[in-house]
Amino acid sequence: MSIPSVLSLGFVLLCLVSLAVGVKPMAWHALLSLSGDAWTTLTASRLPRLAAVVLTGVGLPMCGVILQQIVRNRFVEPATSGGLDAARLGLLVSLILAPAMGTLGRMLFALVFCLAACALYLAIVRRIHFRNTVMVPVIGLMYGSVLSAIAEFYAYRHNILQSMQGWLLGDFSKIVEGNYEILYLTLPIILVTYLYAHRFTVLGMGEDMATSLGVSYAVTAGLGLLLVSVTVAVTVITVGTIPFVGLVIPNLVVLYYGEHLRHTLPIVALAGACLLLVCDLISRLLIYPFEIPIGLTAGSVGGVLFLLLILRRNR
Amino acid sequence: MISVHNLSKRYGGRTVLADVSTRFPARQVTSLIGPNGAGKTTLLMMLARLLSPDQGEILLAEQPVHDIRLADYARRVATLRQSPGINLRLTVEELVGFGRFPYSRGTLTETDRHAVADAIEFLSLTPLRQAYIDELSGGQRQMAFLAMTIAQQTDCLLLDEPLNNLDMKHAVQIMRALRRLCDEQGRTVVLVIHDINFAANYSDRIVALKQGRLHFSGPVADTVTEARLQDLYDLDFDIVRSERGRLCNYFNPQGDWS
Repeated sequence: MSIPSVLSLGFVLLCLVSLAVGVKPMAWHALLSLSGDAWTTLTASRLPRLAAVVLTGVGLPMCGVILQQIVRNRFVEPATSGGLDAARLGLLVSLILAPAMGTLGRMLFALVFCLAACALYLAIVRRIHFRNTVMVPVIGLMYGSVLSAIAEFYAYRHNILQSMQGWLLGDFSKIVEGNYEILYLTLPIILVTYLYAHRFTVLGMGEDMATSLGVSYAVTAGLGLLLVSVTVAVTVITVGTIPFVGLVIPNLVVLYYGEHLRHTLPIVALAGACLLLVCDLISRLLIYPFEIPIGLTAGSVGGVLFLLLILRRNR
Repeated sequence: MISVHNLSKRYGGRTVLADVSTRFPARQVTSLIGPNGAGKTTLLMMLARLLSPDQGEILLAEQPVHDIRLADYARRVATLRQSPGINLRLTVEELVGFGRFPYSRGTLTETDRHAVADAIEFLSLTPLRQAYIDELSGGQRQMAFLAMTIAQQTDCLLLDEPLNNLDMKHAVQIMRALRRLCDEQGRTVVLVIHDINFAANYSDRIVALKQGRLHFSGPVADTVTEARLQDLYDLDFDIVRSERGRLCNYFNPQGDWS
Protein backbone atom coordinates (compact mmCIF):
# COMPACT_ATOMS: atom_id res chain seq x y z
CA MET A 1 0.00 0.00 0.00
CA SER A 2 1.37 3.43 -0.86
CA ILE A 3 2.21 5.97 1.80
CA PRO A 4 -0.61 8.41 0.84
CA SER A 5 -3.28 5.70 1.19
CA VAL A 6 -1.81 4.59 4.52
CA LEU A 7 -1.91 8.22 5.65
CA SER A 8 -5.52 8.65 4.54
CA LEU A 9 -6.61 5.49 6.32
CA GLY A 10 -4.65 6.46 9.41
CA PHE A 11 -6.21 9.91 9.30
CA VAL A 12 -9.77 8.52 9.32
CA LEU A 13 -8.98 6.09 12.13
CA LEU A 14 -7.27 8.77 14.19
CA CYS A 15 -10.26 11.07 13.77
CA LEU A 16 -12.59 8.35 15.05
CA VAL A 17 -10.32 7.55 17.99
CA SER A 18 -10.02 11.25 18.77
CA LEU A 19 -13.81 11.55 18.89
CA ALA A 20 -14.10 8.50 21.14
CA VAL A 21 -11.53 9.61 23.69
CA GLY A 22 -12.55 11.95 26.48
CA VAL A 23 -13.14 12.26 30.19
CA LYS A 24 -16.89 12.37 29.91
CA PRO A 25 -18.22 9.00 28.82
CA MET A 26 -20.11 9.19 25.57
CA ALA A 27 -22.24 6.28 24.43
CA TRP A 28 -22.24 5.99 20.63
CA HIS A 29 -25.78 4.58 20.50
CA ALA A 30 -27.06 7.58 22.45
CA LEU A 31 -25.93 9.82 19.58
CA LEU A 32 -28.62 8.46 17.29
CA SER A 33 -31.24 10.65 18.93
CA LEU A 34 -29.26 13.75 17.78
CA SER A 35 -29.89 15.37 21.16
CA GLY A 36 -29.21 14.84 24.83
CA ASP A 37 -26.01 14.67 26.80
CA ALA A 38 -23.96 12.58 24.44
CA TRP A 39 -24.87 14.74 21.46
CA THR A 40 -23.87 17.90 23.33
CA THR A 41 -20.55 16.34 24.32
CA LEU A 42 -19.92 15.49 20.69
CA THR A 43 -20.86 18.80 19.12
CA ALA A 44 -19.70 21.20 21.81
CA SER A 45 -16.42 19.58 22.76
CA ARG A 46 -15.25 16.54 20.77
CA LEU A 47 -15.91 17.81 17.24
CA PRO A 48 -14.52 21.31 17.90
CA ARG A 49 -11.40 19.75 19.32
CA LEU A 50 -11.00 17.43 16.38
CA ALA A 51 -11.48 20.32 13.96
CA ALA A 52 -8.98 22.46 15.85
CA VAL A 53 -6.34 19.73 15.90
CA VAL A 54 -6.78 18.94 12.21
CA LEU A 55 -6.78 22.60 11.11
CA THR A 56 -3.67 23.34 13.14
CA GLY A 57 -2.02 20.14 11.99
CA VAL A 58 -2.56 21.12 8.36
CA GLY A 59 -1.88 24.86 8.76
CA LEU A 60 1.45 24.74 10.56
CA PRO A 61 3.33 22.54 8.07
CA MET A 62 1.91 24.73 5.25
CA CYS A 63 3.51 27.74 6.96
CA GLY A 64 6.73 25.79 7.19
CA VAL A 65 6.64 24.92 3.49
CA ILE A 66 5.94 28.50 2.39
CA LEU A 67 8.66 29.99 4.59
CA GLN A 68 11.13 27.34 3.49
CA GLN A 69 10.58 28.27 -0.14
CA ILE A 70 10.75 32.03 0.44
CA VAL A 71 13.87 31.89 2.60
CA ARG A 72 15.27 28.94 0.61
CA ASN A 73 16.26 27.06 3.70
CA ARG A 74 14.77 23.79 4.90
CA PHE A 75 15.19 24.54 8.59
CA VAL A 76 12.95 27.58 8.66
CA GLU A 77 9.45 27.61 10.13
CA PRO A 78 7.48 30.20 12.15
CA ALA A 79 9.24 29.08 15.34
CA THR A 80 12.71 29.53 13.84
CA SER A 81 12.11 32.84 12.11
CA GLY A 82 10.71 34.99 14.90
CA GLY A 83 7.17 34.80 13.51
CA LEU A 84 5.73 32.86 16.40
CA ASP A 85 7.36 35.09 19.03
CA ALA A 86 6.18 38.20 17.24
CA ALA A 87 2.60 36.91 17.12
CA ARG A 88 2.75 36.33 20.88
CA LEU A 89 4.11 39.83 21.39
CA GLY A 90 1.27 41.21 19.27
CA LEU A 91 -1.29 39.31 21.30
CA LEU A 92 0.24 40.67 24.50
CA VAL A 93 0.20 44.23 23.24
CA SER A 94 -3.45 43.91 22.24
CA LEU A 95 -4.37 42.53 25.68
CA ILE A 96 -2.74 45.46 27.43
CA LEU A 97 -3.76 48.27 25.08
CA ALA A 98 -7.33 47.12 24.53
CA PRO A 99 -8.32 44.43 27.00
CA ALA A 100 -11.94 44.47 25.84
CA MET A 101 -11.09 43.75 22.23
CA GLY A 102 -12.66 40.69 20.61
CA THR A 103 -10.93 37.69 19.10
CA LEU A 104 -10.78 39.17 15.64
CA GLY A 105 -9.06 42.33 16.86
CA ARG A 106 -6.49 40.35 18.82
CA MET A 107 -5.93 38.16 15.82
CA LEU A 108 -5.23 41.25 13.70
CA PHE A 109 -2.67 42.49 16.24
CA ALA A 110 -0.92 39.13 16.23
CA LEU A 111 -1.08 39.06 12.43
CA VAL A 112 0.46 42.49 11.95
CA PHE A 113 3.28 41.78 14.40
CA CYS A 114 3.98 38.41 12.82
CA LEU A 115 3.98 39.84 9.31
CA ALA A 116 6.33 42.68 10.23
CA ALA A 117 8.69 40.34 12.05
CA CYS A 118 8.77 37.84 9.17
CA ALA A 119 9.40 40.61 6.64
CA LEU A 120 12.26 41.98 8.74
CA TYR A 121 13.70 38.49 9.15
CA LEU A 122 13.55 37.94 5.40
CA ALA A 123 15.28 41.28 4.81
CA ILE A 124 18.05 40.33 7.25
CA VAL A 125 18.56 36.88 5.78
CA ARG A 126 18.62 38.20 2.23
CA ARG A 127 21.10 40.90 3.11
CA ILE A 128 23.60 38.60 4.74
CA HIS A 129 24.72 35.75 2.54
CA PHE A 130 25.28 32.76 4.77
CA ARG A 131 27.61 30.03 3.61
CA ASN A 132 26.26 27.64 6.19
CA THR A 133 22.58 26.74 5.88
CA VAL A 134 22.26 26.16 9.60
CA MET A 135 23.11 29.81 10.26
CA VAL A 136 19.79 30.94 8.81
CA PRO A 137 17.55 29.27 11.42
CA VAL A 138 20.10 30.07 14.15
CA ILE A 139 19.76 33.76 13.32
CA GLY A 140 15.98 33.23 13.34
CA LEU A 141 16.09 31.65 16.78
CA MET A 142 18.21 34.52 18.13
CA TYR A 143 15.87 37.03 16.57
CA GLY A 144 12.89 35.19 18.08
CA SER A 145 14.55 35.21 21.49
CA VAL A 146 14.99 38.97 21.30
CA LEU A 147 11.29 39.38 20.46
CA SER A 148 10.39 37.00 23.30
CA ALA A 149 12.54 38.95 25.71
CA ILE A 150 10.76 42.16 24.74
CA ALA A 151 7.42 40.40 25.28
CA GLU A 152 8.48 39.09 28.67
CA PHE A 153 9.75 42.45 29.80
CA TYR A 154 6.53 44.06 28.66
CA ALA A 155 4.47 41.37 30.44
CA TYR A 156 6.56 41.74 33.59
CA ARG A 157 5.94 45.50 33.65
CA HIS A 158 2.20 44.87 33.40
CA ASN A 159 2.12 41.99 35.84
CA ILE A 160 0.84 39.38 33.42
CA LEU A 161 3.97 37.31 33.11
CA GLN A 162 2.23 34.30 34.62
CA SER A 163 -0.71 34.25 32.24
CA MET A 164 1.67 34.79 29.33
CA GLN A 165 3.59 31.64 30.29
CA GLY A 166 0.30 29.85 29.68
CA TRP A 167 0.38 30.67 25.97
CA LEU A 168 3.92 29.48 25.62
CA LEU A 169 2.67 25.95 25.32
CA GLY A 170 0.01 25.02 22.83
CA ASP A 171 -3.01 23.47 24.50
CA PHE A 172 -6.18 22.05 22.96
CA SER A 173 -7.93 21.31 26.26
CA LYS A 174 -9.76 24.63 26.36
CA ILE A 175 -11.18 24.31 22.87
CA VAL A 176 -14.98 24.18 22.98
CA GLU A 177 -17.74 25.35 20.70
CA GLY A 178 -17.70 29.14 20.49
CA ASN A 179 -14.02 29.90 21.10
CA TYR A 180 -12.13 28.23 18.29
CA GLU A 181 -14.11 29.10 15.15
CA ILE A 182 -11.57 31.68 13.98
CA LEU A 183 -9.32 28.71 13.22
CA TYR A 184 -11.51 28.09 10.18
CA LEU A 185 -9.67 31.01 8.59
CA THR A 186 -6.96 28.42 7.98
CA LEU A 187 -9.19 26.77 5.37
CA PRO A 188 -9.04 29.55 2.75
CA ILE A 189 -5.33 29.94 3.53
CA ILE A 190 -4.76 26.28 2.74
CA LEU A 191 -6.69 26.66 -0.50
CA VAL A 192 -4.73 29.73 -1.62
CA THR A 193 -1.45 28.03 -0.71
CA TYR A 194 -2.42 25.09 -2.90
CA LEU A 195 -3.43 27.34 -5.80
CA TYR A 196 -0.16 29.28 -5.55
CA ALA A 197 1.95 26.17 -5.00
CA HIS A 198 3.72 26.51 -8.36
CA ARG A 199 4.69 30.09 -7.64
CA PHE A 200 6.15 29.14 -4.28
CA THR A 201 8.19 26.39 -5.90
CA VAL A 202 9.49 28.90 -8.45
CA LEU A 203 10.34 31.24 -5.56
CA GLY A 204 12.38 28.42 -4.06
CA MET A 205 14.60 28.58 -7.16
CA GLY A 206 15.76 32.03 -6.14
CA GLU A 207 14.92 35.56 -7.15
CA ASP A 208 16.83 35.50 -10.46
CA MET A 209 15.24 32.29 -11.67
CA ALA A 210 11.81 33.48 -10.56
CA THR A 211 12.26 36.75 -12.45
CA SER A 212 13.36 35.00 -15.62
CA LEU A 213 10.25 32.84 -15.37
CA GLY A 214 8.14 35.98 -15.11
CA VAL A 215 7.31 35.75 -11.39
CA SER A 216 7.66 38.86 -9.30
CA TYR A 217 9.66 37.91 -6.23
CA ALA A 218 8.41 40.75 -4.03
CA VAL A 219 4.71 40.18 -4.73
CA THR A 220 4.84 36.40 -4.29
CA ALA A 221 7.02 36.54 -1.18
CA GLY A 222 4.69 39.18 0.29
CA LEU A 223 1.68 36.99 -0.34
CA GLY A 224 3.46 34.02 1.20
CA LEU A 225 4.34 35.95 4.34
CA LEU A 226 0.73 37.13 4.64
CA LEU A 227 -0.58 33.55 4.39
CA VAL A 228 1.91 32.43 7.02
CA SER A 229 1.06 35.33 9.33
CA VAL A 230 -2.69 34.70 9.24
CA THR A 231 -2.21 31.02 10.04
CA VAL A 232 0.27 31.71 12.83
CA ALA A 233 -1.94 34.45 14.30
CA VAL A 234 -5.11 32.34 14.47
CA THR A 235 -3.17 29.38 15.84
CA VAL A 236 -1.45 31.42 18.55
CA ILE A 237 -4.63 33.02 19.82
CA THR A 238 -6.72 29.83 19.88
CA VAL A 239 -4.23 27.07 20.64
CA GLY A 240 -0.90 28.60 21.54
CA THR A 241 2.49 27.71 20.15
CA ILE A 242 3.33 24.27 18.82
CA PRO A 243 6.95 23.83 17.78
CA PHE A 244 8.55 21.49 15.22
CA VAL A 245 5.42 20.38 13.34
CA GLY A 246 6.10 22.97 10.63
CA LEU A 247 9.67 21.76 10.37
CA VAL A 248 9.48 17.99 10.61
CA ILE A 249 6.59 17.24 8.28
CA PRO A 250 7.85 19.21 5.23
CA ASN A 251 11.34 17.78 5.68
CA LEU A 252 10.05 14.22 5.87
CA VAL A 253 7.88 14.66 2.79
CA VAL A 254 10.78 16.19 0.81
CA LEU A 255 12.84 13.05 1.37
CA TYR A 256 10.31 10.81 -0.34
CA TYR A 257 8.34 13.05 -2.67
CA GLY A 258 10.59 16.00 -3.50
CA GLU A 259 9.51 19.61 -3.56
CA HIS A 260 7.07 19.94 -6.43
CA LEU A 261 4.61 21.60 -4.08
CA ARG A 262 1.46 21.02 -6.11
CA HIS A 263 2.16 17.30 -5.78
CA THR A 264 3.44 17.27 -2.24
CA LEU A 265 1.18 19.74 -0.40
CA PRO A 266 -1.71 17.24 0.00
CA ILE A 267 0.71 14.74 1.52
CA VAL A 268 2.15 17.45 3.78
CA ALA A 269 -1.37 18.33 4.91
CA LEU A 270 -2.36 14.72 5.65
CA ALA A 271 0.89 13.92 7.42
CA GLY A 272 0.68 17.11 9.50
CA ALA A 273 -2.89 16.34 10.58
CA CYS A 274 -1.96 12.74 11.47
CA LEU A 275 1.10 13.78 13.47
CA LEU A 276 -0.84 16.34 15.47
CA LEU A 277 -3.73 13.89 16.07
CA VAL A 278 -1.27 11.34 17.44
CA CYS A 279 0.37 13.98 19.65
CA ASP A 280 -3.05 15.10 20.85
CA LEU A 281 -4.05 11.53 21.74
CA ILE A 282 -0.80 11.05 23.65
CA SER A 283 -1.50 14.32 25.47
CA ARG A 284 -4.96 13.17 26.47
CA LEU A 285 -4.17 9.59 27.41
CA LEU A 286 -0.75 9.67 29.06
CA ILE A 287 -1.97 10.89 32.48
CA TYR A 288 -5.69 10.27 31.88
CA PRO A 289 -8.02 11.82 33.05
CA PHE A 290 -5.65 14.79 33.08
CA GLU A 291 -3.91 16.29 30.07
CA ILE A 292 -0.43 17.29 29.03
CA PRO A 293 -0.31 20.46 26.87
CA ILE A 294 0.16 19.54 23.21
CA GLY A 295 3.06 21.97 22.95
CA LEU A 296 4.98 19.59 25.18
CA THR A 297 4.09 16.35 23.39
CA ALA A 298 4.42 17.79 19.90
CA GLY A 299 7.73 19.35 20.95
CA SER A 300 9.08 16.01 22.19
CA VAL A 301 7.77 13.85 19.36
CA GLY A 302 8.74 16.47 16.75
CA GLY A 303 12.12 16.98 18.35
CA VAL A 304 12.96 13.27 18.23
CA LEU A 305 11.79 13.03 14.61
CA PHE A 306 13.86 16.06 13.70
CA LEU A 307 16.94 14.59 15.35
CA LEU A 308 16.50 11.36 13.38
CA LEU A 309 16.10 13.41 10.22
CA ILE A 310 19.37 15.28 10.77
CA LEU A 311 21.21 12.06 11.62
CA ARG A 312 19.85 10.41 8.50
CA ARG A 313 20.90 13.33 6.35
CA ASN A 314 24.44 13.24 7.70
CA ARG A 315 24.79 9.51 7.14
CA MET B 1 17.55 41.05 -32.26
CA ILE B 2 18.70 42.75 -29.09
CA SER B 3 20.59 46.02 -29.26
CA VAL B 4 22.05 48.01 -26.41
CA HIS B 5 22.77 51.71 -26.50
CA ASN B 6 25.17 53.59 -24.23
CA LEU B 7 24.74 51.27 -21.26
CA SER B 8 26.44 52.29 -18.04
CA LYS B 9 26.42 50.80 -14.56
CA ARG B 10 28.22 51.83 -11.40
CA TYR B 11 28.48 49.99 -8.10
CA GLY B 12 29.34 52.45 -5.39
CA GLY B 13 32.15 54.47 -6.91
CA ARG B 14 33.30 51.77 -9.30
CA THR B 15 32.25 51.81 -12.94
CA VAL B 16 31.55 48.28 -14.10
CA LEU B 17 30.08 49.17 -17.46
CA ALA B 18 30.75 52.37 -19.33
CA ASP B 19 28.93 53.52 -22.43
CA VAL B 20 28.55 50.13 -24.09
CA SER B 21 26.67 50.01 -27.40
CA THR B 22 26.44 46.84 -29.44
CA ARG B 23 23.96 44.44 -30.94
CA PHE B 24 23.13 40.76 -30.72
CA PRO B 25 21.69 39.69 -34.09
CA ALA B 26 18.78 37.28 -34.30
CA ARG B 27 19.45 33.62 -35.15
CA GLN B 28 23.12 33.87 -34.24
CA VAL B 29 25.27 32.67 -31.39
CA THR B 30 27.06 35.60 -29.81
CA SER B 31 29.81 35.09 -27.25
CA LEU B 32 30.64 37.72 -24.68
CA ILE B 33 34.34 37.42 -23.90
CA GLY B 34 36.94 39.34 -21.94
CA PRO B 35 39.08 39.17 -18.81
CA ASN B 36 37.59 38.84 -15.33
CA GLY B 37 35.83 41.97 -14.17
CA ALA B 38 35.25 43.22 -17.71
CA GLY B 39 31.50 43.56 -17.13
CA LYS B 40 30.35 40.59 -19.22
CA THR B 41 28.00 39.17 -16.62
CA THR B 42 26.71 42.64 -15.73
CA LEU B 43 25.81 43.20 -19.37
CA LEU B 44 24.12 39.81 -19.64
CA MET B 45 22.15 40.37 -16.43
CA MET B 46 20.91 43.66 -17.85
CA LEU B 47 19.74 41.89 -21.00
CA ALA B 48 17.93 39.46 -18.69
CA ARG B 49 16.43 42.37 -16.74
CA LEU B 50 17.91 41.07 -13.53
CA LEU B 51 19.87 44.33 -13.23
CA SER B 52 18.79 47.73 -14.38
CA PRO B 53 21.27 50.05 -16.10
CA ASP B 54 22.09 53.47 -14.63
CA GLN B 55 22.09 54.90 -18.11
CA GLY B 56 21.33 53.71 -21.58
CA GLU B 57 18.71 51.61 -23.24
CA ILE B 58 18.14 48.01 -24.25
CA LEU B 59 15.91 47.25 -27.22
CA LEU B 60 14.36 43.88 -27.96
CA ALA B 61 13.19 43.92 -31.59
CA GLU B 62 13.23 47.75 -31.54
CA GLN B 63 11.12 47.85 -28.36
CA PRO B 64 12.56 49.19 -25.08
CA VAL B 65 12.68 46.21 -22.71
CA HIS B 66 11.41 48.10 -19.68
CA ASP B 67 8.13 48.62 -21.57
CA ILE B 68 7.58 44.87 -21.73
CA ARG B 69 5.74 43.20 -18.87
CA LEU B 70 7.90 40.77 -16.89
CA ALA B 71 5.52 37.89 -17.59
CA ASP B 72 5.65 38.62 -21.35
CA TYR B 73 9.41 39.05 -21.31
CA ALA B 74 9.68 35.52 -19.87
CA ARG B 75 8.12 34.21 -23.10
CA ARG B 76 10.69 35.99 -25.26
CA VAL B 77 13.92 35.82 -23.30
CA ALA B 78 15.10 32.94 -21.11
CA THR B 79 18.05 33.25 -18.77
CA LEU B 80 20.29 30.66 -17.19
CA ARG B 81 22.57 32.04 -14.54
CA GLN B 82 25.93 30.58 -13.68
CA SER B 83 25.49 27.60 -11.33
CA PRO B 84 21.95 28.47 -10.28
CA GLY B 85 21.97 27.76 -6.55
CA ILE B 86 18.90 25.60 -6.67
CA ASN B 87 18.80 23.09 -3.88
CA LEU B 88 15.20 22.12 -4.49
CA ARG B 89 14.47 18.44 -4.62
CA LEU B 90 12.79 18.13 -8.00
CA THR B 91 13.04 15.50 -10.68
CA VAL B 92 14.53 16.50 -14.03
CA GLU B 93 11.09 16.31 -15.62
CA GLU B 94 9.53 18.51 -12.92
CA LEU B 95 12.34 21.05 -13.23
CA VAL B 96 12.02 21.24 -17.00
CA GLY B 97 8.26 21.56 -16.54
CA PHE B 98 8.86 24.80 -14.68
CA GLY B 99 10.37 26.19 -17.85
CA ARG B 100 6.78 26.26 -19.07
CA PHE B 101 5.69 28.48 -16.19
CA PRO B 102 5.51 31.66 -18.32
CA TYR B 103 2.84 29.99 -20.46
CA SER B 104 0.81 27.78 -18.20
CA ARG B 105 1.40 29.33 -14.77
CA GLY B 106 2.15 25.86 -13.50
CA THR B 107 -0.52 23.40 -14.55
CA LEU B 108 0.91 21.77 -17.66
CA THR B 109 -1.19 21.50 -20.79
CA GLU B 110 -0.69 19.02 -23.60
CA THR B 111 1.43 21.59 -25.49
CA ASP B 112 3.55 22.10 -22.39
CA ARG B 113 4.12 18.37 -21.99
CA HIS B 114 5.29 18.19 -25.59
CA ALA B 115 7.68 21.10 -25.10
CA VAL B 116 9.08 19.45 -21.97
CA ALA B 117 9.51 16.10 -23.69
CA ASP B 118 11.13 17.80 -26.70
CA ALA B 119 13.60 19.72 -24.55
CA ILE B 120 14.54 16.59 -22.62
CA GLU B 121 14.88 14.63 -25.84
CA PHE B 122 16.91 17.43 -27.46
CA LEU B 123 19.60 17.12 -24.78
CA SER B 124 19.32 13.30 -24.60
CA LEU B 125 18.25 13.45 -20.97
CA THR B 126 15.41 10.94 -21.37
CA PRO B 127 17.04 8.26 -19.17
CA LEU B 128 17.36 10.80 -16.33
CA ARG B 129 13.76 12.06 -16.45
CA GLN B 130 12.81 10.69 -13.06
CA ALA B 131 16.13 11.40 -11.33
CA TYR B 132 16.26 14.06 -8.63
CA ILE B 133 18.47 16.96 -9.66
CA ASP B 134 20.23 17.07 -6.29
CA GLU B 135 21.49 13.55 -6.99
CA LEU B 136 22.92 14.28 -10.45
CA SER B 137 26.51 15.08 -11.36
CA GLY B 138 27.42 18.71 -12.06
CA GLY B 139 27.37 18.18 -15.81
CA GLN B 140 24.04 16.38 -15.82
CA ARG B 141 22.52 19.05 -13.60
CA GLN B 142 23.73 21.80 -15.93
CA MET B 143 22.14 19.90 -18.84
CA ALA B 144 18.87 19.70 -16.88
CA PHE B 145 18.88 23.44 -16.28
CA LEU B 146 19.62 24.05 -19.94
CA ALA B 147 16.67 21.80 -20.83
CA MET B 148 14.48 23.94 -18.58
CA THR B 149 15.67 27.06 -20.38
CA ILE B 150 15.05 25.43 -23.76
CA ALA B 151 11.55 24.34 -22.73
CA GLN B 152 10.77 28.00 -22.16
CA GLN B 153 10.76 28.19 -26.00
CA THR B 154 11.88 31.78 -26.15
CA ASP B 155 13.41 33.35 -29.22
CA CYS B 156 16.36 34.43 -27.19
CA LEU B 157 18.50 32.52 -24.68
CA LEU B 158 20.96 34.17 -22.32
CA LEU B 159 23.52 31.98 -20.60
CA ASP B 160 26.09 32.98 -18.03
CA GLU B 161 29.16 30.73 -18.23
CA PRO B 162 27.22 27.57 -19.04
CA LEU B 163 30.46 25.55 -19.20
CA ASN B 164 31.61 26.40 -15.70
CA ASN B 165 33.01 23.34 -13.90
CA LEU B 166 32.05 20.95 -16.68
CA ASP B 167 34.24 18.23 -18.08
CA MET B 168 35.18 18.35 -21.76
CA LYS B 169 32.46 16.01 -22.93
CA HIS B 170 29.64 17.88 -21.23
CA ALA B 171 31.10 21.19 -22.41
CA VAL B 172 31.07 19.99 -26.02
CA GLN B 173 27.56 18.59 -25.61
CA ILE B 174 26.25 21.89 -24.34
CA MET B 175 27.95 23.97 -27.03
CA ARG B 176 26.70 21.63 -29.77
CA ALA B 177 23.20 21.89 -28.34
CA LEU B 178 23.38 25.70 -28.43
CA ARG B 179 24.66 25.59 -32.01
CA ARG B 180 21.77 23.32 -33.01
CA LEU B 181 19.24 25.53 -31.25
CA CYS B 182 20.45 28.37 -33.40
CA ASP B 183 20.79 26.48 -36.69
CA GLU B 184 17.78 24.16 -36.48
CA GLN B 185 15.32 26.25 -34.52
CA GLY B 186 16.44 29.76 -35.37
CA ARG B 187 16.96 30.88 -31.82
CA THR B 188 19.21 33.70 -30.71
CA VAL B 189 21.84 32.73 -28.17
CA VAL B 190 24.00 35.09 -26.11
CA LEU B 191 26.48 33.58 -23.71
CA VAL B 192 29.26 34.66 -21.43
CA ILE B 193 32.17 32.31 -21.90
CA HIS B 194 35.77 32.13 -20.72
CA ASP B 195 37.08 29.40 -22.98
CA ILE B 196 38.18 31.29 -26.08
CA ASN B 197 38.38 28.09 -28.12
CA PHE B 198 34.73 27.25 -27.54
CA ALA B 199 33.84 30.84 -28.34
CA ALA B 200 35.86 30.80 -31.55
CA ASN B 201 34.53 27.46 -32.78
CA TYR B 202 30.86 27.66 -31.87
CA SER B 203 29.82 31.27 -32.17
CA ASP B 204 28.92 33.51 -35.08
CA ARG B 205 29.81 36.72 -33.40
CA ILE B 206 32.12 37.91 -30.65
CA VAL B 207 31.55 40.83 -28.33
CA ALA B 208 34.68 41.59 -26.30
CA LEU B 209 34.63 43.73 -23.18
CA LYS B 210 37.55 45.04 -21.19
CA GLN B 211 37.36 47.12 -18.03
CA GLY B 212 33.69 47.86 -18.56
CA ARG B 213 34.11 49.12 -22.10
CA LEU B 214 33.39 47.55 -25.45
CA HIS B 215 36.78 46.48 -26.77
CA PHE B 216 35.70 45.13 -30.13
CA SER B 217 32.83 43.21 -31.67
CA GLY B 218 32.13 41.49 -34.96
CA PRO B 219 32.02 38.15 -36.76
CA VAL B 220 34.41 35.46 -35.53
CA ALA B 221 36.55 35.64 -38.66
CA ASP B 222 37.30 39.31 -38.05
CA THR B 223 37.71 39.25 -34.31
CA VAL B 224 39.51 36.04 -33.46
CA THR B 225 42.94 37.17 -34.58
CA GLU B 226 46.29 37.12 -32.77
CA ALA B 227 46.53 40.89 -32.55
CA ARG B 228 43.06 41.48 -31.14
CA LEU B 229 43.17 38.67 -28.60
CA GLN B 230 46.66 39.68 -27.47
CA ASP B 231 45.38 43.16 -26.92
CA LEU B 232 42.28 41.93 -25.07
CA TYR B 233 43.88 39.43 -22.72
CA ASP B 234 47.49 40.71 -22.54
CA LEU B 235 48.65 37.26 -23.54
CA ASP B 236 50.64 35.93 -26.44
CA PHE B 237 48.32 34.09 -28.84
CA ASP B 238 49.10 31.64 -31.60
CA ILE B 239 46.03 30.80 -33.70
CA VAL B 240 46.19 27.57 -35.67
CA ARG B 241 43.59 27.22 -38.40
CA SER B 242 42.65 23.78 -39.65
CA GLU B 243 39.68 22.24 -41.43
CA ARG B 244 38.17 21.48 -38.03
CA GLY B 245 38.24 25.09 -36.94
CA ARG B 246 40.49 27.48 -35.09
CA LEU B 247 42.69 26.63 -32.18
CA CYS B 248 43.86 29.52 -30.05
CA ASN B 249 47.04 28.59 -28.25
CA TYR B 250 47.92 30.89 -25.36
CA PHE B 251 49.29 28.23 -23.05
CA ASN B 252 53.02 28.81 -23.66
CA PRO B 253 53.53 32.55 -24.15
CA GLN B 254 56.67 33.51 -26.01
CA GLY B 255 58.89 36.11 -24.43
CA ASP B 256 58.07 37.90 -21.20
CA TRP B 257 54.32 38.02 -20.48
CA SER B 258 54.44 37.88 -16.71
